[in-house]
Amino acid sequence: MSSWQIIQQSLPLFEKGFVLTLWLSLIGIIGSIIVGLICSLLKYFQVPVLGKIAAIYVEISRNTPLLVQLFFLYYAFPVFGFKLNAEMCGIVGLIFLGGSYMAEGFNGGFDGVSKTQVETGKAIGLSRLQLARYVVFPQGFTLSVPALAANMIFLIKETSIFTVIAIPELTNTALDLIGMYYRSNEYLFMLVVGYAIILIPLSIILTILEKRVRYGSFGN
Amino acid sequence: MAHSGINVLFEGRNLIRLFGGLWTTVEIAAVALVLGLILGVVLGVLRTFPSRLLRFVLRLYLEFFRIIPTVVLLFLFYYILPKQMGVNLPANQVATLVFALWTAAEMSDIVRGALISVPKHQRESGMAIGLSRWQLYRYVLIPQAVSLELPATINLVTRVIKTTSLLMLISVMDVINVGQQVVEANNQKYPTGVFWVYGIIFVMYFVIDYPLSWWAKRMDKKRLERANG
Repeated sequence: MSSWQIIQQSLPLFEKGFVLTLWLSLIGIIGSIIVGLICSLLKYFQVPVLGKIAAIYVEISRNTPLLVQLFFLYYAFPVFGFKLNAEMCGIVGLIFLGGSYMAEGFNGGFDGVSKTQVETGKAIGLSRLQLARYVVFPQGFTLSVPALAANMIFLIKETSIFTVIAIPELTNTALDLIGMYYRSNEYLFMLVVGYAIILIPLSIILTILEKRVRYGSFGN
Repeated sequence: MAHSGINVLFEGRNLIRLFGGLWTTVEIAAVALVLGLILGVVLGVLRTFPSRLLRFVLRLYLEFFRIIPTVVLLFLFYYILPKQMGVNLPANQVATLVFALWTAAEMSDIVRGALISVPKHQRESGMAIGLSRWQLYRYVLIPQAVSLELPATINLVTRVIKTTSLLMLISVMDVINVGQQVVEANNQKYPTGVFWVYGIIFVMYFVIDYPLSWWAKRMDKKRLERANG
């Protein structure tokens, strides 16, 4: 069979993998943003106990690889009667990992608000909540946008690791096909194209966002 | 628990084997980092040169390695090197090569970012007192860029170390691959052993990465304090 036929035949499978990658990424990203925002707010308002727990979670999640986290969820937890199917493991693992990255992204934004702004706010007698609501958050969220976008790209790429627990996303689809038919060139080509379709537009948007935020703060 | 699963670690040579696997992981990461960081600095400096063609080619290189997930990069090299180019390397070396090239790509962006963040008047002053291009980089730009780029570089190092967890995919006998074997061999005797084996691998990665990322964070914080007063 010619390469073209191989590619044509595999198209429906890749389409499925593509959709699954997108879908898992989307859920993972939304979950990560929610977890990250909560952790970041706990830190910002220095909530007792919960703030500490969030900080510990962030360090654990940030400093261990997703693959090991997934192995833990998928192989180790069922031993203690806590069983999830592969896709749930993938989503939980991705949110566990992404939550800390997003938290760091938000933190970076809040920390980036200049001190003069905060002190001016205090000087005109804003309460802590008002300061957060009217001064720090509006500027901080803007500053954190590039980091959040970069994290999204990172998380989409991380979904490729789901292949180790046999979730049939893009990478798993390609590796499966290679294992069955030994046509590595064609299937790897499809795999690269699949990720390129998702990630090139996002990477362009990220560059634009970075430039805009930079322009906003430095004017060049 | 009567048959506490933790004993799986002390059965036979299991613990020694796990540390042996960790050594393979660390070795690959270390070699790839040394090669990648050096190449990355060179590429980063080249990316601040005026030649448009050069900048375009290097940008393309960066974007390729940045957009394709590392898992896919590993498989690309694993399948394509022997098949298309007739280069037969053991999996360890394929992995080292991929990680080095990937590190170089990311590092080139860090270096470039730091170099263009050095204030313009520094560059212009250097040129005004008649420094050559080499002297300009050597005495003005690179020393200032180093302090700017250090936290990002350390973060890159932690990322590379975490990403070595993917080595098992191309069947390198890294710590996770060894862990899997230990789990399979002892499953009958220690049903909860899986928890402890992956647990200790989890801890190993954390112990290596946490001090590095803590250091990077502290430096970033100090810089922010200096910048914001």
